[in-house]
Amino acid sequence: MIKIEVNNQSIEAKKGETILTALKRAGIKVPTLCHMENLAPTGACRMCVVQVEGRPGLIPSCAYPVENGMKIQTHSNRVLRARKTIVELLLADHPDDCLYCVRNGNCELQRLAEEFQVQQRRYTGKKCDYKVDMSSPAIVRDPAKCILCGRCVRMCEEVQGVSCIDFVGRGSKTIVGTAFDQGLNVSSCVNCGQCIKVCPTGALSEKSQVKQVLAALRDPEKIVVVQHAPSVSVTLAEEFGMKPGVDICGIMVSALRRMGFDKVFDTAFTADLTIMEEASELVHRIQTGGKLPMMTSCSPGWVNFVEKFYPDLIDNISSCKSPQQMMGAVIKSYFAQREGIDPTNIYSVSIMPCTAKKFEAQRPEMNNKNVFDVDAVLTTRELARMIRSHGLDINSLSSDLADSPFGQRSSAGKLFGATGGVMEAALRTAYHLLTGEELKDLTLKPLRGLKGVKHMQVSIAGLDLKVAVVSGLGNARKLLEEIRSGRENLHFIEVMTCPGGCIDGGGQPLGTDLQAVRKRMQALYKIDRDDHLQCSHHNKEVQRLYEEFLGEPLSEKSHHLLHTHYTQRKVSVNRN
Amino acid sequence: MSHSDEITAVLKEHPQARRDSLIPILQQIQDRTGFISPQAVQMVSDELSLPTSKIYGVATFYNQFRFQPLGKFHVQVCRGTACHVKGSAAVLDMLIRELNIKPDETTRDGLFSLEIVACIGACGLAPVISVNGEFHGGVTPDNIKKILDSYRAQAQKDQSQNDAQEDKAK
Ligand code: SF4
Ligand code: SF4
Ligand code: SF4
Ligand code: FES
Repeated sequence: MIKIEVNNQSIEAKKGETILTALKRAGIKVPTLCHMENLAPTGACRMCVVQVEGRPGLIPSCAYPVENGMKIQTHSNRVLRARKTIVELLLADHPDDCLYCVRNGNCELQRLAEEFQVQQRRYTGKKCDYKVDMSSPAIVRDPAKCILCGRCVRMCEEVQGVSCIDFVGRGSKTIVGTAFDQGLNVSSCVNCGQCIKVCPTGALSEKSQVKQVLAALRDPEKIVVVQHAPSVSVTLAEEFGMKPGVDICGIMVSALRRMGFDKVFDTAFTADLTIMEEASELVHRIQTGGKLPMMTSCSPGWVNFVEKFYPDLIDNISSCKSPQQMMGAVIKSYFAQREGIDPTNIYSVSIMPCTAKKFEAQRPEMNNKNVFDVDAVLTTRELARMIRSHGLDINSLSSDLADSPFGQRSSAGKLFGATGGVMEAALRTAYHLLTGEELKDLTLKPLRGLKGVKHMQVSIAGLDLKVAVVSGLGNARKLLEEIRSGRENLHFIEVMTCPGGCIDGGGQPLGTDLQAVRKRMQALYKIDRDDHLQCSHHNKEVQRLYEEFLGEPLSEKSHHLLHTHYTQRKVSVNRN
Repeated sequence: MSHSDEITAVLKEHPQARRDSLIPILQQIQDRTGFISPQAVQMVSDELSLPTSKIYGVATFYNQFRFQPLGKFHVQVCRGTACHVKGSAAVLDMLIRELNIKPDETTRDGLFSLEIVACIGACGLAPVISVNGEFHGGVTPDNIKKILDSYRAQAQKDQSQNDAQEDKAK
């Protein structure tokens, strides 16, 4: 520990840490823009400058290490003036669009303008005439609102290993864009939405489908059904100002009913169904010498990533559709049949933590006789907006249960929301399939927690099963490189596109606060701990679905409805 | 030689190329083919294992690269001091409007490309533009259309000659 002096008060700092980190611990807030937790500082925006005695210029606190005895002023007039000027310059070519902006009330630039009391335009820059990029089914880019902080570029490259966007041009003409500034849809973008989560402004947002959903709800002909993904119930509360880690599943269900959805189903039900199919597929692959290691298929950004960057490994991906798509498929087949509804009259909505799910839902493989499994996908953020616009008070709604026949779920299905959860659920069931018995300790500790890469070995019926769990595509890339160059000792790999899994998906509350993500994870673990139904194969409604409709896992009907295939995707930079 | 053969030829000259060869490779590609095409970026990306976005980002950082083929007629506008004083800004504006392209772009029909250059050493003629090396001095916004039209006419003549020849060949 060393001592530094901040605003004439002595505080302690750790050797080697940045000034910013020390200030944060001491509860002194310094605004930042380009800074990203856990990544190396770039010192690009200079929003975080402080005054250090004995230094002529102001110093970016995010990039400078503390030194013993340093004397720092964080809010002197000089510092405040410098920061205000930065904000004013950023606003010089910014569209005055706040009232019509998706980030109105939730924008870092807006907040800084307010904080520094910017009340007149001191600089006027040339407004840019960039077109909004609406080409992607998941992500909307509005370069006019971009302040070039670079956070999306670094997220896409350093965390996700995709690198489909970068700084283009120089000087005042610089923008963030794809190669040849083409639409995101023809770039290597996998729609993960992690860039949205770090963007301080409205330059990046999800392609919203709220309008279409509202139209369907108003259409008297339509039966509108909705499913909600396992992680949404433990994050939605944050959108309403509650602290992270509160599970409001029942309240969310009743909010959905109040807004007019005819049936509310739980995607964790089809997570259980996925486990039945996927665990059976794994056992089948092992017993018949099929392609190993098998890789999970429930995360559409990841599937897209393999199709684009590792087409040689496509056969390693499980053929199971994701829980979202399985739910869509059984709604428009089994459920429609049972209720005597024409599937074309069903409008199927899913609430997802994810932007890539929007892409997945419109994949041409994901339909049955030209009826799409899922018609619209809303993110957690979109659901929150919808709830607010319906004037529903989250605090006074009572709890409600999901509907039969897809309302029951095991807590294993719920675990799908966090990295390692699919693997844990799958192993619980694979053990049962191979031995007829239950795992003694259902909690598989090595698979838990926020680490980006996890390994485990389990012995089942004389077989040493080696599994790996990765989250974040950058981590996945490293593992795939190992496999490409001959690593052979793995049987089963779970990959989630987003670091930490769906609880920090691209459709979740904005920001990347690790502390919050950890709380969400603990909320899921608590649900599992408190539940009696902890294994997918014990889900009674899943069993009934097999008895009445599907037959057994991997049956012909299952294959037709619940499985899919993948194709290499050439990333094109060619103009058409 | 096809476009991709030209690029392959350049890449062959840089065996085991790494990131630091990026600029020289792009320069050579531009020298041989006149511009950096999407296909070129893709091929360089495969060769160097660099994302296409990164290559495009780096290439656009330098003013020397262009991303469209030169037009049949390459128009260079001098923005040197003498030309500036004599009103080259208005000339450039007019060209941008008349051709409906920005500097470093090429018209859709491939006829014209536009480039801003520093002094081309013909200050006596200021303001001056050069079309495929042919100088036009004392240009005004008003006579630009005439100059361009003369090239359009020439293109049409060439085209009909070509057509006639092709017809004969048949
Ligand atoms: S990005 Fe922020 S500052 Fe810009 S228009 Fe939207 S809300 Fe306003
Ligand atoms: S959605 Fe993901 S892959 Fe696409 S640009 Fe954003 S971070 Fe990159
Ligand atoms: S799009 Fe957003 S995150 Fe990316 S550079 Fe612009 S402002 Fe920053
Ligand atoms: S936050 Fe420190 S320079 Fe941008």
